[in-house]
Amino acid sequence: MAQVQGQILPTSQASNIVPEPVRDGIDLHINGEHYRHTGDPQMPLLWYLRDVLRLTGTKYAGEHGENGADLILLGDKPVSAITLPMSSLADKSVTTVEGLAANDGTLHPLQQAFIDEDAIGCGYCTPGWLISGVALLRRKPKPGDDDIDQLPNLCRCGCQTRVRHAIKRAAAGKAAQP
Amino acid sequence: MSRDHMSDGKTRHAIRLDRRRFLQVLASTAGALVVGIRLADAAGAPLPAALLGENFHDLGAYVRIDGDGNVLIGARDPDTGTGVATSLPRIIAEELDADWNRVSVVALGLGVSNSNGQPQWTYGRQVGGTGGSIPAAWNDLRQVGALARWLLMQAAARRLGVSANRLRCDSGTVIAPDGRRVTYGSLAADASQVALPASAPALKAASSYQLVGYPAGDVDAHDIVTGQAHYAIDQHLGDALVAVLVHCPWPDGTLSRIDTSDALAVKGVVKVVQLKPEPGQPWGSTVIAPAVAVLAKDTWAALQGRAKLKLEWKPGASAGESSAALEQQALAMLGSQTAPTTRVRDDGDFDAAGKKAVRRFEASYFQPWLAHATAEPMNCLVRLDKDRARLVVPTQAPQKAWAVVQRLTGLTPDQIDIRVPRVGGGYGRRLDHDFVAEAVMLAKAVDTPVRLLWTREQDFSHDYYRSGCVHSFKAIVDRKRQLTGWHQRIASASALAHRGVPEDRLWSSELRADQLPAGLVPNYRSDWYAQQSAQPRGPFRGMPHLSNAFAVESFIDEIAHQMLEDPLKTRLRILGEPRQLPLGNGATLDIGRLRNVLQLVADRIEWKNWLRSVNGLGIACWHIDGAYVAHAIETAMQDQKLTIQRVVCAVDVGRVINPLGLHGQVVAATLDALSTALNPAVTFKNGQVQQHNYKDYPLASMAQLPNDVEVIVVPGDRAPTGASFLAMPTAAPALANAVFRVSAVRVRRLPLMKEFLRLR
Repeated sequence: MAQVQGQILPTSQASNIVPEPVRDGIDLHINGEHYRHTGDPQMPLLWYLRDVLRLTGTKYAGEHGENGADLILLGDKPVSAITLPMSSLADKSVTTVEGLAANDGTLHPLQQAFIDEDAIGCGYCTPGWLISGVALLRRKPKPGDDDIDQLPNLCRCGCQTRVRHAIKRAAAGKAAQP
Repeated sequence: MSRDHMSDGKTRHAIRLDRRRFLQVLASTAGALVVGIRLADAAGAPLPAALLGENFHDLGAYVRIDGDGNVLIGARDPDTGTGVATSLPRIIAEELDADWNRVSVVALGLGVSNSNGQPQWTYGRQVGGTGGSIPAAWNDLRQVGALARWLLMQAAARRLGVSANRLRCDSGTVIAPDGRRVTYGSLAADASQVALPASAPALKAASSYQLVGYPAGDVDAHDIVTGQAHYAIDQHLGDALVAVLVHCPWPDGTLSRIDTSDALAVKGVVKVVQLKPEPGQPWGSTVIAPAVAVLAKDTWAALQGRAKLKLEWKPGASAGESSAALEQQALAMLGSQTAPTTRVRDDGDFDAAGKKAVRRFEASYFQPWLAHATAEPMNCLVRLDKDRARLVVPTQAPQKAWAVVQRLTGLTPDQIDIRVPRVGGGYGRRLDHDFVAEAVMLAKAVDTPVRLLWTREQDFSHDYYRSGCVHSFKAIVDRKRQLTGWHQRIASASALAHRGVPEDRLWSSELRADQLPAGLVPNYRSDWYAQQSAQPRGPFRGMPHLSNAFAVESFIDEIAHQMLEDPLKTRLRILGEPRQLPLGNGATLDIGRLRNVLQLVADRIEWKNWLRSVNGLGIACWHIDGAYVAHAIETAMQDQKLTIQRVVCAVDVGRVINPLGLHGQVVAATLDALSTALNPAVTFKNGQVQQHNYKDYPLASMAQLPNDVEVIVVPGDRAPTGASFLAMPTAAPALANAVFRVSAVRVRRLPLMKEFLRLR
């Protein structure tokens, strides 16, 4: 290879091009893609997603993430994106609501169940419910009502009973398909 | 490429529908048929077709049938989660006989044109979440679909050589008697050339409906579950600065000291700007309280800058106010013999009836101040140019937002472009546009596009609240157990104060003259006592039914209990025989329909077990503008813990447009009402609101709410009514009545949980 390159680029000639130094950054994976964050390491993941990547499915609803609209999956664990500084995410793998469906667009069974059960009010907090619901199903494929009771999300639109039905529907569907 | 689209788009004709509206048809250059409803201009004429061109958004609420058979329908009302983006287009698609699978819905922005300097609302009414969208659309939108269908049938008749009245339509196809079929898509271009009928074509008979009355999922559902639905807060503009605010803790306070040096030192922070309310502007039209804005390149920089502002605020006169003192004042007012601010209704002679009373009942109910807690905080994207303002606003009422922008910019009506994407919750909060005023003032101050974002703290502590209120009742019963006298007195701070509403109408946000049991009691009196507060108040979902139904339906339960009677029986006796009861305001109360919803929930929850059930059963009913609702709730006490076991709700709204949507609205409103009744309250001390986050204003968790809400919808063919908050008012009283049955604790004060634990 070096020989071939040598034929194309004469090595004798001095170049005044200064290569861009490799910038320090935080490497992480979001929805399977590799990203390097080179800005403020203290920036919360939420603003990285929304302002830098323009992945706006993860919603802002409060400074401390109590609403649950800003939940993402850190590995398999649902975590509030506003409480996660980028510095804590080096080499971590994050899934947002945009990453729940398969690459060919096939919806996650819980996404489909939300549509089938009409488990949507204004829809603003829906991504957060999906994230905590998917995390629950991964942890416990057949969750009971007590498990569903533990979901941390809040919703003034009153989608809770329909979310409960959707989680049960997704759980049942999963069991039917080996 | 040099084709002039404007001259190509031709209006064939326009049909006058009434004094102010026209049906207009447009032949698009792409071979599409476009039909819209348009308001007449000031001279009462339809807009010349040449001015419309390809810009069929200007047609008003419209339907477009493309050459390939796809149908595009504009949805004019903001969808705050009420489902109108689905149900309004379905009303059009029904008359068109469209194939719903080929229908796309586009959210229309504000429709406004310039009529001699005055705004002309080209789409008619554009308001979401106040219960009026469906009734207005039913009157307004059906003709659009009907005319498009009529044109397609005429075109098909020519092509098939069959008279139009022998053809029929089904799911986007015209079908001849011999079975030949022609698709709408292939007819669209021809149909746009058909001469219009002299008057609007007849609407379909309800018996042939294929969409109206059948369930449809939310048109935005797929986008929402994949994170692709863009709310106003998700909109970006490359050069827009992010603005975050610190509001003065007192609405009438002032800034006494400011040091911006640390804030400006934060990387990315561009500017710090002060905002002040404009004196003389009503609430909702100007900045709610003085504020200091930090503008930065991104949200994180802005928030860091905000944290580094050094500010001192000087309190205003409101610093002496507290919600506790206001409640004491309300009690003092209601306990004194002073005349009410407004005697809202006075049937018969309550005082004279009292002299003949056999039994008397009295009780008072206390309800707290409430916040809206919309999931999407207040925000606004604005770009101001010399002759144009462009905004993306999460609003329930874009026409009101327009008025704020117009006043602050001085632009002509049609120079203001307001887009309204799906809205993350409204509940009445987004009928006010203080945040739009803030965004426009900031964009003017920095001469750059601005993306304003409120934090959750500001959302809770600078809301237009629902006022706290005290309801005091006296009722009297005669020898035959008939309710012969009723006196309801309310003290509250009107939501309409400081809004240019005449003093003698301020009561109307606090109670209704026709609310239960008005019209059913010979000596009925309702009084309102005005309270003053510097804390802003505004529209709130279900107002004023929410507070009144809780008080009235709890009190009726107390009367039943004291008479040792089944509260369902007491209610049915108060309602009397099925009949049409004039309410004195032109409307009638259909006692039969109200009794029916009450009986339906009673049967479903097995009310016959009311007395012997170990669980507690509670019931309540209400009516809102021709719609009827009842709740029955079953509560249990397990290990001293109160749980909601079952919730049943029956509604009668007349014709149902989308049963799935209605079901969702009934479930949603029920859960919202339960959540609002169980835990949260806004309080203020020294003039400052004490709730700043969800932990201070706890919405119900999944575990606190019932696992299911059973919904019964009464079928009907009367003109449809709105349902977005119909199921709110009766949930809390049914719950309180059920709690009394299971625990013997009568909760007369909300939030319910706190009071229940105090009294238990």
